[in-house]
Amino acid sequence: MAASILAVDDSASMRQMVSFTLKGAGYDVVEAADGVEALKIARTRSVNLVITDVNMPNMDGISLIRELRALPSYKFTPLLMLTTESSADKKQQGKSAGATGWIVKPFNPEQLLNTVKKVLS
Amino acid sequence: MPESANNVKQILGDDASGTQYLTCLLAGEQYGLNILQVQEIRGWEQVTRIPNSPRYIKGVINLRGTIVPILDLRLRFDLPAEPYSKETVVIVVRAADKKGNERSIGLVVDAVSDVIVARDEQVVCTPEFGANVPTENIIGLVSEGDEMVMLLDIASLLELDADEVGVTGG
Amino acid sequence: MSIDMAQFHQVFFEESFEGLDVMESGLLNMDPGTADVEEINAIFRAAHSIKGGSGTFGFMNVSDFTHVMETLLDEMRDGRRQVAADAIEVLLQSVDVLRDMLTAARDGGSADEARVKAQYSELQRVLADKHSSDDAVADPVKQASAVVPEVQPVGWKIVFRPHPHLMRTGNDPLRIIRELATLGETSVNCDLSELPAFEEFEPEDSYLSWDLRLHEPVDKSQIDEIFEWVEDDCDFAVVPVMPEGYDPAAAVEPPAASDQAEPVAQKKPHLTEVPPPEERRVTDERRNEAERRKTPAAAAGGSSSIRVDIHKIDALINMVGELVITQSMLGMLGEDFHISRVERLREGLTQLERHTRELQESVMQIRMVPISFSFSRFPRLVHDLSSKLNKKIELKMSGENTEVDKTVIEKIGDPLVHLVRNSLDHGIEKPEERLAAGKPETGIVRLSASHRGGNIVIEIRDDGRGLPRDKILKKAVERGLVKADDNLSDKDIYDLIFQPGFSTAEQVSDVSGRGVGMDVVRRNINELGGAIEIESTPGKGSAIIIRLPLTLAILDGQTIRIGKETYIVPLVSIVESIQIQESMLNTVVGRGETFTLREEYLPVVRMHEVFGIEDHDAKRLTDGILVVVEGEGRKCGLFVDDLLGQQQVVIKSLEANYRKVEGISGATILGDGSVALILDIPGLMRLAKQGGARTRAPLALTA
Repeated sequence: MAASILAVDDSASMRQMVSFTLKGAGYDVVEAADGVEALKIARTRSVNLVITDVNMPNMDGISLIRELRALPSYKFTPLLMLTTESSADKKQQGKSAGATGWIVKPFNPEQLLNTVKKVLS
Repeated sequence: MPESANNVKQILGDDASGTQYLTCLLAGEQYGLNILQVQEIRGWEQVTRIPNSPRYIKGVINLRGTIVPILDLRLRFDLPAEPYSKETVVIVVRAADKKGNERSIGLVVDAVSDVIVARDEQVVCTPEFGANVPTENIIGLVSEGDEMVMLLDIASLLELDADEVGVTGG
Repeated sequence: MSIDMAQFHQVFFEESFEGLDVMESGLLNMDPGTADVEEINAIFRAAHSIKGGSGTFGFMNVSDFTHVMETLLDEMRDGRRQVAADAIEVLLQSVDVLRDMLTAARDGGSADEARVKAQYSELQRVLADKHSSDDAVADPVKQASAVVPEVQPVGWKIVFRPHPHLMRTGNDPLRIIRELATLGETSVNCDLSELPAFEEFEPEDSYLSWDLRLHEPVDKSQIDEIFEWVEDDCDFAVVPVMPEGYDPAAAVEPPAASDQAEPVAQKKPHLTEVPPPEERRVTDERRNEAERRKTPAAAAGGSSSIRVDIHKIDALINMVGELVITQSMLGMLGEDFHISRVERLREGLTQLERHTRELQESVMQIRMVPISFSFSRFPRLVHDLSSKLNKKIELKMSGENTEVDKTVIEKIGDPLVHLVRNSLDHGIEKPEERLAAGKPETGIVRLSASHRGGNIVIEIRDDGRGLPRDKILKKAVERGLVKADDNLSDKDIYDLIFQPGFSTAEQVSDVSGRGVGMDVVRRNINELGGAIEIESTPGKGSAIIIRLPLTLAILDGQTIRIGKETYIVPLVSIVESIQIQESMLNTVVGRGETFTLREEYLPVVRMHEVFGIEDHDAKRLTDGILVVVEGEGRKCGLFVDDLLGQQQVVIKSLEANYRKVEGISGATILGDGSVALILDIPGLMRLAKQGGARTRAPLALTA
């Protein structure tokens, strides 16, 4: 059974790119445009990995991570943040909220796939 | 397409050395229309009149959702008008006008005759012989047996701006 | 494996342009004193998205430029920088430059390099003012120790002691160790000493630690990278394993501390000087004049697309489903039909009619776009123009959610711009004048849209000086449009400004008086099937009222009959229909037949004469019906035989195969398959004025 990934980003073009890349590699991808949508999805099903942007309306990535960690089925799920290189404190905040790690933007599809493969192996 | 036309097409097949023309009858004369420009042939049906249009524009019809004007060739060429009969036919043609726009119009003729093939070198230029039809609407003449067929320039028939219209006082 | 990124570009561009709009309106609404964090955040997010996306999709110039904007905005939202008017202005101009860059990236052109550089410098200048060094924090991870012994290690010893909670971060020690093992041969020694007794054992905690030895001379940074995510969640040490006979005393001094990561803003080389402020203003102005803001669907050279709410699509799919069911039910009825089933057939047909109608309405809904797409350019326009004109003007908009057909949106933009510019230029007075007149210094322009009786009504109201009635009359007399002693109502006079070439502005400012003119505006609006009117009160203000049909493709029509012919009158043009009485009729010298309607003398138009219909029924005016219609500010009564039903008709082009006919705007296909012509009221009135029908051959030929 294919691993499932929840991709959260308010930018449709980024979501499309991430989704397309991961689906092409055989993963099952679910998309959400912000933290609120993502949380809704997470409450009804579990995934093997969550990749989320940080800056989003309605609920940002760090709050999402915090909320996800509070769900029983997401206690140990890898949660990755998409950050820019100059936001060291965001990484810290993310970690305090329970993030597993991060992927630095801008990234290309190969980088994304490599990271995902590592985390899901 | 009337049956005869279909048969002719089958017999002739792909005659690469000539152009096929649909011939029709108008006031006793035979006229030819380039078959590539013929869209379809219909019987005469009720048209919707267009106010203040030239005499020879009978009106418009609904051709599968498109509005197509119907032009009476007899009136267009100032030939005596005749009442329509069950042979009266409307030939819908399509060509590019002077501006390059593709347009369709329906031509009312007395009857459809046949399909002929003519090679370019068989077409003779029209001399000024006081024919019924103005020479700017004729491409040329072709002999078919002992008949003469006048090949119509369809694009020229699309030019509707120059109309002879009489005005009554208001 | 390589993935072609170009397929995501279109969405990225659409999104980015929307983001630019968000930034612009956010910046325009921002008050230096009272900006709230959420407002700034929204602008920041838009910039952030554009930066991220452009970097990902390879538009590095856009990414670099946006990065500086983002930095500035980040400082503002964190409170590290005050929201000052100067910064807002620079950001607004940067949005313009960014728009150009994105357009160039999308269409394959190139942006004005000099301008980009100049704006970039501006941004940096603002950043440098009260520059905070907060954002130059060197990334701790990147500040990996620079100790590079001259002698390379042959391997590494790694002590990895996860803190108890490590697994709760979603990290898995096993995964990390596996990853390490991909670098080379690794020996693993697991330390179980911390494992508690079974009763105290917390299954979600991590008690194990490892001594790992990597037998591979890799770069230390590679090891650091693997442990990067968990460095705060574990005790971690990496020690090089030196080759046999290595002498630590011979190790080289570590190189000088690497440069602190440069403040981001100074990454670029020194750029050219900023051009003087006026020049920049003019550039902006020039671009405001040129129609730089296209509606979403009019992307230059790109494919035309429309964003549709997914619910609309869902509703459509449901409806098509129902239609298919009804159709198949009718199909079944049709096979083996027996007269006893005629009731079922009738029901089925009623259902079919209902579903088709719902489907039609739904599809029309899809092409409906909120008029905000057209209105969105105005805050910026008013903002820029009022500074240019040295006037204080406030724009109030309402009804931006009013939905209009996509085709209408595209064509209403230019006329609206022209009208708003007029209001600002000629309508609203300079602050001193306003104060002297006892008005508040700031003029108000109200732009509103609403649905009223099946039409869109757009109004532009200002509280300015109103239309100069006497000047207009004078000009019209000069031009010979009217005679000085013509008895004209105020309304008639105001209507004169729609005549071609008419402009009473004393200085034809390049803002509005370019002779593009109100006549063109009216023509554009008429072409949309709409109407435009002006109201004015001297000293108090003016109002322009535009009525437009909801869609260009479909029309609400009143069918009328003259003799055997039917025509469609657009409902939007009909005032009322009446049966005339003798008492209402009279003949006015020089104006022909007229009838009175509420104290107005309106001309009678005998349709059968104008259209040359010979076998009409009503011979006397009192036998027929008079349909009072309005077009281009004038009214008249159409004399017809009968009124038939009202219906929605689909407009078909007459010109596609035929040509433009005066008095006719198009055609439609009625339920019986026959064609009916749709009247063009202004054209009809012109035709009637010119007098009479043209001769036609007798109609006897029709079979």
